[in-house]
Amino acid sequence: MVYDVGIIGAGVVGGMTARELTRYRLSVCLLERENDVACGASKANSGIVHGGFDPEPGSCKAQLNAPGVPLLFEAARQLHVPYRKNGSMVCAFSAQEEAVLDELFERGKQNGVPDLELLSGDEARALEPNLSPAVTRVLRAPSAGIVCPYALTIAAVGNAMDNGAALKTNFEVTAIEKADDCFTVTSSDGETVRCRYLVNCAGGYADRIAALAGDDFFRVIPRAGEYLLLDKAEGARVSHTIFQVPTSAGKGVLVSPTADGNLLVGPTATEVETPDAKQTTPDGLRAVMQLAPKSVPSVALRQVITSFTGVRASTAGGDFLLQASEKAPGLVHAAGIDSPGLSCCVSIARRLVELLQGAGLVCADNPDFNGERPDTHAFRKMDDDARDAWIQSHPDYGRIVCRCETVSEGEIRAAIRQNPPARDVDAVKRRTRSGMGRCQGGFCGPYVMQLISEETGIPLAEITKNGKDSRMVVGRL
Amino acid sequence: MTEHEIVIIGGGPAGMAAAVAAYDRGVKDVVLLDREAAPGGILRQCIHNGFGLHKLGRELTGPEYADVYRRQVEERGIRVYSETMVTKLTPDRVVVAQNRSGVLRIQAKAVILAMGCRERSRGALNICGTRPAGVYSAGTAQKLMNCEGYLVGRRVVILGSGDIGLIMARRMSLEGAKVEAVCELMPYSGGLTRNIVQCLEDFGIPLYLNTTVAEIHGARRVEGVTVAQVDENRNIRPETGRYIPCDTLLLSVGLIPENELTRDAGIPMDPVTGGALVDEMRQTAVPGIFACGNVLQVHDLVDYVSDEAELAGQGAAAYVQGMRRESQPLQTAAGEGVRYVLPQRVHPDADGDVSLFLRVKAPYGRVRFTVRAGDEVLATAVRLRAAPGEMEKLTVKHDKLAQAAGEITVSLEELQ
Repeated sequence: MVYDVGIIGAGVVGGMTARELTRYRLSVCLLERENDVACGASKANSGIVHGGFDPEPGSCKAQLNAPGVPLLFEAARQLHVPYRKNGSMVCAFSAQEEAVLDELFERGKQNGVPDLELLSGDEARALEPNLSPAVTRVLRAPSAGIVCPYALTIAAVGNAMDNGAALKTNFEVTAIEKADDCFTVTSSDGETVRCRYLVNCAGGYADRIAALAGDDFFRVIPRAGEYLLLDKAEGARVSHTIFQVPTSAGKGVLVSPTADGNLLVGPTATEVETPDAKQTTPDGLRAVMQLAPKSVPSVALRQVITSFTGVRASTAGGDFLLQASEKAPGLVHAAGIDSPGLSCCVSIARRLVELLQGAGLVCADNPDFNGERPDTHAFRKMDDDARDAWIQSHPDYGRIVCRCETVSEGEIRAAIRQNPPARDVDAVKRRTRSGMGRCQGGFCGPYVMQLISEETGIPLAEITKNGKDSRMVVGRL
Repeated sequence: MTEHEIVIIGGGPAGMAAAVAAYDRGVKDVVLLDREAAPGGILRQCIHNGFGLHKLGRELTGPEYADVYRRQVEERGIRVYSETMVTKLTPDRVVVAQNRSGVLRIQAKAVILAMGCRERSRGALNICGTRPAGVYSAGTAQKLMNCEGYLVGRRVVILGSGDIGLIMARRMSLEGAKVEAVCELMPYSGGLTRNIVQCLEDFGIPLYLNTTVAEIHGARRVEGVTVAQVDENRNIRPETGRYIPCDTLLLSVGLIPENELTRDAGIPMDPVTGGALVDEMRQTAVPGIFACGNVLQVHDLVDYVSDEAELAGQGAAAYVQGMRRESQPLQTAAGEGVRYVLPQRVHPDADGDVSLFLRVKAPYGRVRFTVRAGDEVLATAVRLRAAPGEMEKLTVKHDKLAQAAGEITVSLEELQ
């Protein structure tokens, strides 16, 4: 078949774009090189919904950020993705930094950020008692928030699939050809997908995809950010997302609760060779540990449960690069989606649909579109009586598999069956949180492998951590 | 809400021994709630021998040792709820649990905590590098091998010389895997001497002390690790880094008592043991709630777990039967060379002699332990050697304790 639109990259932008396109009578196919969606920058970032005072007024980022925030929260609500409008604070520690806050405040007003306020250190500490006594002034953005970025991506792709979109995983694009108004996209396995329009949402690999389409005009500059994730026991250390005054290197090290109730500190910002440079480094982790206590001195870094690196897909201009290809008509690029890309994912998706329409895509309303996705975490939100009633008709929900995060067998089986289906241990983890707690999968790992094997028919010895060669075991005894 | 006299959380060796002891003390309405499909806890995956020498006078495998207690539980008709997870515990002893038949709410007269411990994970260590498949805690690898029948890797480096890591070094060697090295951050091993000899030396596996894993390599599956020596402050010396190709890294870097329910119930904790503060019958500071086994303190030998659980079972039974101690308990404290002492408080009118359990801070040669209350010496004991990996037990005689006053301290001195 020939799809109306092919989307390369099932990250948060690709996923949201697929979802936006299924609002119309269009056939849509997402192509993803990994074994699951949300495997690049969409998986490993701060999970912050930025207020929108950072971007240069008039830039693409500025146009899409503040208006994108309510769109994102609305999508998160419809998709039942954990989010919280916790507000953000930028902390100044000197007169020089206070001047930067004034600048950000003015910028925020120009960018249309609602309810911004400048607080004295003491006023801020009244709201955030664990803030450093050295903080002299704070810019507070009550409209900012936090969202679980991979849950949002999974839900967006799942909702797009529920509305008819197709997803091909392990589809690493190696060739793009165009003939007779139709793109033929070929994978490393020799599989082909044909589509009339093509969207490049390939994140760290967006420049390579552009080059494959004969439109080689920008470079992705991968910038790694290292993070530490702390136990839920630390999750209430702060309520707002706490930034330090930004520098040329980025927004600096933040201390923030996550939408799932942990505490996140980081990131660093280091240019790296490839978007796959996801290793943590001694210097990076040390830097995070040294910088985080500057704004929140009491943060208990001993409570770390894991560390990780995300790689931002920046471009030289520093702005989002959202445009129709000049050389390959019908191709639309979404590149340079670094911060605040997550905050803008819905507004970016809508901008991409407009660009596709500009390139000739006809969008007729799809009356069957349903933007609501069933709540995959409904069970854990129930009280004891409701759980009891649910278990009576769904006994699998009675058996807890992941003890640290209290995840039941029923939830894991559902995650493997639902769109987009989970096929590896990390995919189950991102959907259910099993293995995400303090023991990091020590107890539940073997059970999760069994359940994936039972549900999918993949032999247990072939089960992977995250696709390709990442086998969990090497064979039977 | 149903009611039971004693509810035990956890069906491992501690929970089973506590259940039997409580029953034998005359409380027949005892129920055991266990997460797993069958009772026995981690013993079910410990198919090596060496269990029961102290307690049962014979050497058994883990499953055999568990079976001894499982049969005792069964013979007494003690109700075991399997695949049942406790989600809530209140200070007034309401236990909420769930299993395939629904949510259970139980009001207990006494509760015994026996949830065991978990392994410290890679994340808690901040090891740098990639996050590939093939990094396992030793116990997870043990379960995959011994219970599920899968080989987790062929070329292995083990970080940490705790007992599970040592046992797994031997186990993987027996299955044909090559164990390249065991690295230990400290200048000494945390494992039992017999395990160093039987699991490493007998198989020619090198043990590198003052050494850690500095970095993990490999995109999808582990391809190698960089090991490096550490200085006296345990900081990595990068210049000593050495790459070892391997497909698996096993971590045996410590056990953490699993006390989330305990904390949620507001039960006061000991920051050193990671378990609750208890008296000689293992009663926590919340009346009617007891704790025993690895949830209270990490043990090296299951035999001592069973002993401790019997105390908790007897204590809980006495509590249900209305017995209360009148005397003001004395606090215990760790003196020179001692890391902790358990129990943390002792009633001077305790029934019979009271055993104090402790760990030393560092390895020693010949030492004398002294238990004092004020200026009064309550007990002394000489040991040929002492090591942090081996728990010590000192007994204070009933008559000495009855006259004791003030804080009870245990200290050690090195002898020539």
